[in-house]
Amino acid sequence: MSGQSSYTPRSGLSKWIDQRLPLPRFINDTMMTFPTPRNLNIWYTFGGILTFCLGVQIITGIVLAMHYVANAGMAFNSVESIMRDVNYGWLVRFIHSTGASMFFLAVYLHMFRGLYYGSYKAPRELIWIIGVLIYLLMMATAFFGYVLPWGQMSFWGATVITSLFSSIDQIVPHLGTAITTWLWGDFAVGDATLNRFFSLHYLLPFIIAGVVGLHIWALHVPGNNNPLGIDVKSPQDTVPFHPYYTVKDAFYLCLYVLLFAVFVFYAPDFFGNPDNYEPANALVTPPDIVPEWYLLPFYAMLRAIPQKLIGVLVLGGAIVTLVFIPWLDTSRVRSCRFRPLMKQFFWAFAVDCLILGYCGSQGVDAVLFGVPLIWLARLGTLYYFGYFWVLMPVIGLIETPKPLPASIAQSVLGDSATAPAE
Amino acid sequence: MRFVTKIILAGLVMAPVAAFAQTAPAISTTRLAPKHEEFAFEGPFGTYDRGALQRGFQVYKEVCSACHNLDHIAFHNMYEPGGPGFTEAQAKAIAAGYQIPADPNDKGETMDEKGVRLTRAGTLADHFPPPFPNEEAARANNSGALPPDLSMIVKARAGGPQYVYSIITGFSAKPPAGFKVTEGKYFNPYFEGWNISMPPPLVANAVTYSDGTKATIEQQAHDVTVFLSWASDPKMEERKRTGLGVLIFLVVLSGLLFLSYRKVWANMH
Ligand code: HEC
Ligand code: HEM
Repeated sequence: MSGQSSYTPRSGLSKWIDQRLPLPRFINDTMMTFPTPRNLNIWYTFGGILTFCLGVQIITGIVLAMHYVANAGMAFNSVESIMRDVNYGWLVRFIHSTGASMFFLAVYLHMFRGLYYGSYKAPRELIWIIGVLIYLLMMATAFFGYVLPWGQMSFWGATVITSLFSSIDQIVPHLGTAITTWLWGDFAVGDATLNRFFSLHYLLPFIIAGVVGLHIWALHVPGNNNPLGIDVKSPQDTVPFHPYYTVKDAFYLCLYVLLFAVFVFYAPDFFGNPDNYEPANALVTPPDIVPEWYLLPFYAMLRAIPQKLIGVLVLGGAIVTLVFIPWLDTSRVRSCRFRPLMKQFFWAFAVDCLILGYCGSQGVDAVLFGVPLIWLARLGTLYYFGYFWVLMPVIGLIETPKPLPASIAQSVLGDSATAPAE
Repeated sequence: MRFVTKIILAGLVMAPVAAFAQTAPAISTTRLAPKHEEFAFEGPFGTYDRGALQRGFQVYKEVCSACHNLDHIAFHNMYEPGGPGFTEAQAKAIAAGYQIPADPNDKGETMDEKGVRLTRAGTLADHFPPPFPNEEAARANNSGALPPDLSMIVKARAGGPQYVYSIITGFSAKPPAGFKVTEGKYFNPYFEGWNISMPPPLVANAVTYSDGTKATIEQQAHDVTVFLSWASDPKMEERKRTGLGVLIFLVVLSGLLFLSYRKVWANMH
């Protein structure tokens, strides 16, 4: 995008359009000839997979909304009717419900990729921050969506999460309660809440789509980072996006869709909770209120803190922390490939997130090998914050990175890279 | 509103305390793991056994329907593909055997002169009518407990078909010494808390199968569980069949894409 466009229209029609609206040029420059590092690995295919996931959620969501009834008395049955009476309604619904999990799986791999290769470091800080915004919007969208079928977990999940705001009462008396009532539109989670959540659930994915546009726009200024974390230095370091990365992305996307299809057709309720096939009932509290798997680490942090307001602040802090990563990391090199010390803490951090997720999935009083899980969750929370706020700045200063290769081309092709391009 | 929040907060705080108080006595009344009953519809190629579906429907109709709804099932589902495999005529006859509250007649009445609700015979478009007119009536007839709708039960319980099978066959065991069954309830260790408000529903030979199958308790339980599994997931066969085609297509496409990928990148390394 930056720099001169090399586009030459190939037909009279595209020339005619290009002179009036340079859309063919834009597509050519951003999706065809865009110079892309030649060493991107499988972890770089998740951006394309995420775009696909967003499209799938929007398309299936629009079809579901044609049959769904956002009314507390009818929502549950309308979803069952989609499953039973609408032609291929079961398919559309299972794609949408499984799709949310596949979306989060991809975004987590995408984010860990960025952490490992230091993709958030200059000049890509804004790409990262916009990504965190997307992630936040995704969590909100998924939360609203989970409420819509109006099962027991929908109702009680909505109640627990919205009541978190009432903890503000501890700072300004009555303010938190007032906010919660305002969010509910009533004195309890009910019809008014369901209606506004439906409205927002329909709206947010389109906002996400817009923000993804900014994300990719920002990406196309410096271009992709890569597993070596070194800058592109010569045209030899790159290949045109098409056909090299279109075909690679398509292949891995197809594998991802294969995994997706196994869940949709053979284990459609794998990610769900049986309680959500029980209609919402304000008088019966389920024994364990558990959020969807992708929110479990945060849920564990929330419950690890005995004081509710502090718990809520920790929960929010865990996400806000991500925004500061570009400045918390003091390392001179980007990629953990050349950071022997940080690499180990990185993997410990990945395991830490899994442990937190496990803690969040268990009952409040659960015990593992005689250790109350709440203590494990507290340690996990400590490491989560310690990783970003202590290890990242300190390790970057004390670590001696391994020597970096001279260029991407040299690393891929060996010494033949010094010969003229093929 | 403050009240509601307080209840929720109290609930969050009290849950561990309450759980501790419950587990304190010598006997833990956590439900037992369900029995390992096997069903032909499990696994990626499993389908519902038509014979079991039809017999299971008979058990539902003659036993369970005295107390339990089957809200999400319509009579036309009975002859649709992937279901019990009745003919359309049989499904019509099943429907006609049920009385449904009628619409106002041409005088605008919904009651006869004795004040009894006017009814009409069921049609294919109707859903199975509930045994009780409302929740209060259902509770009044079941010592305060509400028999849940059975058309979602297999999906709505962890353990699915094995759980349902275990509940309805789980009454025979004697309670362990030291466990007192609550007055008006029944001992069932597969149910959380071990006290269930449902009396043992199955009796050997209480139904007579027309295909000659011996109606033991286990046989009836197996059959009705197959029927209820279908009621929870009537599109299962269509889903697995479609899935097979989709997976084959995706595997072939992946293969082709892999070859293209290899070809495009052939002299790039
Ligand atoms: C006499 C009335 C009655 C009959 C007949 C009856 N049930 Fe029930 N059933 C109940 C009641 C009442 C409950 C609620 C129990 C409770 O909550 O303690 C119940 C609960 C259940 C449950 C749910 C347990 C849970 O996890 O909540 C299942 C499954 C069930 N019945 C299956 C059946 C099947 C299958 C049949 C027919 C073979 C049947 N019932 C016949 C009254 C009945
Ligand atoms: C709807 C969600 C998202 C979509 C559709 C999306 C899409 C993309 C695409 C297409 C790319 C380029 C290809 C690639 O490198 O994978 C990309 C790059 C990137 N994304 Fe995302 N993204 C999403 C969410 C996120 C989130 C939540 C984060 C982090 C918090 C993030 C961080 C990044 C970064 C840092 C890059 C640059 C990577 C590099 O060049 O190394 N993205 N994104």
